[in-house]
Amino acid sequence: MKTGAKLLIESLQREGVDTIFGYPGGSVLPIYDELYDSPLRHILVRHEQAAAHAADGYARASGRVGVCLATSGPGACNLVTGIATAYMDSVPIVALTGQVPTTMLGNDAFQESDIQGITMPVTKHNYLVKDTTDIPRVVKEAFYIAGTGRQGPVLIDLPKDVNTRSVKEPVVPEKVVLRGYNPTYKGNKRQVDKALALIAEAERPLIYAGGGVISANASPELIGFATKLGIPVTTTLMGIGCIPCDHPLNLGMLGMHGTEYANFAVTECDLLIAIGARFDDRVTGNISTFAPHAKVIHIDIDPAEIGKNKRVDVPIVGDVKSVLADMLSSLKKAGACEAWNKKIRYWKQHHPLRAAKEDGCLHPQYVLAKMSEILKGDAVIVSEVGQNQMWTAQHFCFRHPRTWITSGGLGTMGYGFPAAIGAHFARPDLPVFDVAGDGSIQMNIQEMGTVAQYNIPVKIAILNNQYLGMVRQWQELFYDRRYSYTELPPVEFVKIAQAYGIEGIKVESCEEVGPAIKASLEHDGPFVLDFRIEREENVFPMVPAGAAISEMIGGHPRS
Amino acid sequence: MKPHTLSVLVENKAGVLSRVTGLFSRRGFNIDSLAVGPCEEPDMSRITIVAIGDDAQIEQIMKQLNKLIDVIKVSDITENERVERELVMFKVTADQGETRAEIMQIATIFRAQIVDVGAKSVILQVVGDSDKIDAMEKLLRQFGIKELIRTGRIAILRGTKTVASSKE
Repeated sequence: MKTGAKLLIESLQREGVDTIFGYPGGSVLPIYDELYDSPLRHILVRHEQAAAHAADGYARASGRVGVCLATSGPGACNLVTGIATAYMDSVPIVALTGQVPTTMLGNDAFQESDIQGITMPVTKHNYLVKDTTDIPRVVKEAFYIAGTGRQGPVLIDLPKDVNTRSVKEPVVPEKVVLRGYNPTYKGNKRQVDKALALIAEAERPLIYAGGGVISANASPELIGFATKLGIPVTTTLMGIGCIPCDHPLNLGMLGMHGTEYANFAVTECDLLIAIGARFDDRVTGNISTFAPHAKVIHIDIDPAEIGKNKRVDVPIVGDVKSVLADMLSSLKKAGACEAWNKKIRYWKQHHPLRAAKEDGCLHPQYVLAKMSEILKGDAVIVSEVGQNQMWTAQHFCFRHPRTWITSGGLGTMGYGFPAAIGAHFARPDLPVFDVAGDGSIQMNIQEMGTVAQYNIPVKIAILNNQYLGMVRQWQELFYDRRYSYTELPPVEFVKIAQAYGIEGIKVESCEEVGPAIKASLEHDGPFVLDFRIEREENVFPMVPAGAAISEMIGGHPRS
Repeated sequence: MKPHTLSVLVENKAGVLSRVTGLFSRRGFNIDSLAVGPCEEPDMSRITIVAIGDDAQIEQIMKQLNKLIDVIKVSDITENERVERELVMFKVTADQGETRAEIMQIATIFRAQIVDVGAKSVILQVVGDSDKIDAMEKLLRQFGIKELIRTGRIAILRGTKTVASSKE
């Protein structure tokens, strides 16, 4: 005979779980009692939202399923933002929640919330377990669903009596059988051939690579494919890292804050090969003017993404890695597209991203460039959301997949710091930085308690401009500089850090930047870097809302 | 924009209907009619959904439905030969002899049944497609419809073709 809690912990171990991020409470007491002498490592966060983000950061950095745990009612509800974040970016996590006993379900019992109902729109699937003997099967299914096909979060709600009841140990099913769930991995041969024919005819082809390339671990195939055919590659925010920043074919990010040359290339290409990307509005701007001259090939594991926003000429449903490998192996000859690449090189040369102004002031672009120079791509960089995120995406040179972790789809402020904690447990071999703004860091600043308690060596780099910078930028540009509720009073983050027992440095000039970053790396433990940057710096170039992506402001005049 | 009839085979599990209808409201799709019940397999249910949209919208609805783990199969049977039925009950005011006679006549013409007779009203039950029901409703309005209830449309393919789980 075994209790539900015991079955749960054993099921998690069977899935190879090593770390859980969680926060205890009444209805999960049986689970916590079982965790007490289990080999699983449990990290006590300071707010359940952080547990979900940490599981998400762990999953993105490792490629494995992340796990978080919270109690019923408020605990479960606090996970919701984190689950929604993971859902929007297709990140595999399993969220475990306590629930009131089955006998009290629906009675508005103390700390009861219908978390299954609440999370239906933001999970790939969810479960309310009513029978203890179902636990091993449900856990197995949950990990399978989360980690296969288009990945995503799965929630398991566990009533207290289900966890305490002892049952004869159920037989664990060997295979997951779900007749309503059969993801397609192999691309259709006819479609693949059609795509190759279009590629062979194209004079100005362009690859538009998204987060799907990272999730599918398809970087080598992507780089191989692009290099063999000489096709330039632009990546979405989520796709950054799938091709090294300094690869000659890499055009950087496209879209609202993309590079001018990437957006020009999209606008002029005659064939757009979308790979693991979903034509999000931040990428396309006005969709009717997006890639206006191009035929479109769309490779994605989720058939619902194909044709959702943009009409597609050749749809290929399948795992990006497998499809690219098939395409590579059926390629007849290598391509060149010399004239097209020459044009792109010209754009790159004449429309580069603007580096920091050399006016003696501390600019965020300088901080990121310095960080990039010191870390050489051998670090995991997590960001918050807003200007800090865009500056990092633009100015940090990423060389490897899964080293750039950011909330793209949902744009969750407060994501970065807890996700960085998760990323550390996935990649303890690499330094982990959270690039934050002074606004977003204050959304989950309580996690300083967590990093202090376990001496988690996350470096918190705050680009402190005493504004909610991205909103202020929009107010400056489109609301006549009426800074309505976007100014934040200065905060001494180093002092807050000290209160938690964490060291830090305030940085106010360019000369201090390099030494401060190095000091943070030399310090064995968490570290706060409070960069006091130019207050009204903007993220440029920028595509105004509703415009075509070729109509950027803050770029270079086009000759 | 035209009505599409979707036949959806789902796991017979708690919460499935809420997943399906939640998807419609969340993504802004419109449901015109919905009928659900057990089917030939004890552990599955069949849902007939009539949804209105252009081809792209219907394609997106079907793809999103297919993504639900508990949805086993989705078929758009709008273009297929099919039998479509709906059951409706009308409670009609009928307190005078001649009115009753007239209502009975309409019932006979539409092959409806009188399933209950009270002192001041009668209940008519009719099975048919939407056109027939709409026509009957129009005629009964003159007497005063106190209550009207419809099951929502169900549809089945003609001939040997089925909307079944691909494994069977």
